Amino acid sequence: MTLTKEAPREIAGRPVTLAHAAIALVVLALAVAAVTTDAFLTQTNLTNLLKQMVTTGLLAYGMLVVILTGGIDLSVGSVVAFAGILTAGLSSGLPLPVAMLVGIASGVLFGLVNGALVSRFELAPFVVTLAALTTIRGLAFVYSDVPIAPEDESFFWLGSAMLGPIPLTTVIMLAVFLAGGVFLSRTPAGRSIVAIGGNAETVRLAGISVRKHVLLAYTISGFCAGLAGVILASRVGIAQPSVGVAFELDAIAACVIGGASLAGGKGSTLATLGGVLVLVLINNLLNLYNVQSFWQQVLKGLIIIAVILVHRASRRRT
Amino acid sequence: MTVPVPLLELKDVHKAYAGVEVLHGVDLTADRGEVIGVVGANGAGKSTLIKILAGAEPMSSGQLRVDGEPVTLANPHDAHQRGIRTVYQELTLAPQLTVTENLLLGRFPRRHGLIDWRAAHEQAGTLLGEIGFGAINPRKIAGRLSVARQQMVEIAKALVVEPRVLVLDEPSAVLAGSDLDALFALVRRLQDRGVLVVYISHRLVEVLDLATQIVVMKDGVIIATTTPANTDEDELIRLMAGRRLEQIYPDRRPGTEKPALSVESLTRKGEFADIDLTVHKGEIVGLFGLVGSGRTELAHCLFGATRPDSGGIAVDGTPRAFKTPQDAIAAGLALVTEDRKGSGIVPGLTVRENIALTTLHATTRAGLVDTTAQRRDVETMIERLDIRPAHCATMPVVRLSGGNQQKAVLAKWLLKQPRVLILDEPTRGVDMATRVSIYRMIDDLARAGVAVLLISSDLTEVLGATDRVLVMREGRIAGGLRSEGATEDQVLAYSIGRAA
Repeated sequence: MTLTKEAPREIAGRPVTLAHAAIALVVLALAVAAVTTDAFLTQTNLTNLLKQMVTTGLLAYGMLVVILTGGIDLSVGSVVAFAGILTAGLSSGLPLPVAMLVGIASGVLFGLVNGALVSRFELAPFVVTLAALTTIRGLAFVYSDVPIAPEDESFFWLGSAMLGPIPLTTVIMLAVFLAGGVFLSRTPAGRSIVAIGGNAETVRLAGISVRKHVLLAYTISGFCAGLAGVILASRVGIAQPSVGVAFELDAIAACVIGGASLAGGKGSTLATLGGVLVLVLINNLLNLYNVQSFWQQVLKGLIIIAVILVHRASRRRT
Repeated sequence: MTVPVPLLELKDVHKAYAGVEVLHGVDLTADRGEVIGVVGANGAGKSTLIKILAGAEPMSSGQLRVDGEPVTLANPHDAHQRGIRTVYQELTLAPQLTVTENLLLGRFPRRHGLIDWRAAHEQAGTLLGEIGFGAINPRKIAGRLSVARQQMVEIAKALVVEPRVLVLDEPSAVLAGSDLDALFALVRRLQDRGVLVVYISHRLVEVLDLATQIVVMKDGVIIATTTPANTDEDELIRLMAGRRLEQIYPDRRPGTEKPALSVESLTRKGEFADIDLTVHKGEIVGLFGLVGSGRTELAHCLFGATRPDSGGIAVDGTPRAFKTPQDAIAAGLALVTEDRKGSGIVPGLTVRENIALTTLHATTRAGLVDTTAQRRDVETMIERLDIRPAHCATMPVVRLSGGNQQKAVLAKWLLKQPRVLILDEPTRGVDMATRVSIYRMIDDLARAGVAVLLISSDLTEVLGATDRVLVMREGRIAGGLRSEGATEDQVLAYSIGRAA
């Protein structure tokens, strides 16, 4: 299975090094953690870890698609909050599956609006999604300025169900990455999105609609954020309008750690998943070592810089 | 008495990229007041040589001497310190800034610590005037100038501090008419002032005209050093290509009487007006015009990239209104743009993905790209157009030489099997051997019934490779003539409004 931007067996050089740098770091971190603490390899910790990576993972995939077009989606953290609180609120009156679908649909809708503003009116993605970040956050508070905790037990099911040793939500996330990898590497739409980030004018003159594909990219990001919001609310068991602040930054960080270029046209699905693992592991390990949370932020920042320097060095060599 | 040392000396210069050697020991000696013409096919090593002189790439081994003294050029700044300035083919201007800002960046005249704009514009204007580019207004935004004028600003930028060595890479590729004359005059003036000019060009006539010494490169070595007095165009072509090219342009056989592309009083305000033209099936029609005459704008409009204000387009007799390039492609049109880097290739992708771009949505199986079919199609094209290296399908497209990149762009459109092919400056910056194969290919397509509109500012090409020529001037068709028997002067006369 090749989930990278260009099939690795075809280009021995670049994409493989991208993925490898991120994944090597994950393995290293895992090894260090497993050897040095008893707490890491416990069932509880590993299950937690798998659940924790779902939100960042879903957001990161959506973010990757947008970043590949040369854009950015800063609104995903707010969409997480809105989709979660909408689902929780509606679940008291509607059947739960319907409430959840509406929650996800709200994410799709926000993505469509972002995409339309970027592609149709040619506004800067940063500005559009920055405005969306504050607007959607506001809407979440307008809907409910207090947390909503549904009493129905079934609300927690999605976030706590296990498929054997693996949480259901982790399986869902991996399925998104698998389908998403195939989408980017093998479908005409996916290849068009990658090409648009490389040179939009060439793509337009090749008879491919740039607008349509940019719209699609933001819609995918909105869908991922909506799904992440519904899953997070179910896992925590309570939906808060204030949840998800700065989640977009982790998603961007995961893409960048995975070697994606913020200029667009370059990035890999598999390596982004590696980037997600790196981020989640950093948090987990630093918690296990009882490192103060402020220092965790500092270390996370430094590690991101370090990984990017590794990428740069590996690219120079080829 | 000491023996006079030459200004610039290259000794046994080698260059390898990732273990693959592309320059195999280049020796070159040049002195003040010389014009060194460098010619060679795609991939001959000219660009690599330029990069080494510019300090943009370090050499793998060998020696570079300036005034007899060995120097190391680790970066472009080092080269500037030594008085070596390079003007690349690609434009590097900051498009949002004025000409003045582009020229004086980093050395603005100041008053009370602030930039003295009046003095700056004056200084820029004086510089442009002195080098014979007075037609350029320094207060204009660089990006709004025509490509030709931007190229001239690039050259002016290299002359802000007079260099000792000026390297010009295809400086004339986008110039025509009086702009071209201004460039030649400038080169001669610099030569008189003792500047060493290294002049790289595919236009052999120019090189023969300007150079004091001609250096022919092939496969990473200099295979001949000669002077204009001792050689001619035919010999240079033979040396570059390694074989004698009896004929550059194929014999044309007239096209049919069936119109494939008909355009009637097409107008787009500010760009072109009242354009009437017909290209028949199997016919090659040249469209000549100086930069700024509206030819590129017309091509974009014909292709649905912009919309006309009035007038009509018909393909195979059916009236069409293209809203997007998709519509035009669906009707059987294809456009190879003049700006390869800006709208021809997607730099991050492989050769295969670039070639497959137009057929991405056509080669699918169960919703997924059928990579087997794609690979097969692309390999066929690489072979048919002789894109080199032969196993380049999985290489990033930017690794190819300019001529081969252009072939890849052509391949992208040939895969689509167009009925009307619009080529905008398809041989710009392309060496003679590749040109010949492009002309052959165009001829083959026409013989197969494709209607070809060949837009060019190269007089020889526009007459040699076509059946008829239309001349554009200031957004209008100024005249038309049969290519056979027509002279370059006739075409030029139409283009500058002096036709009888």
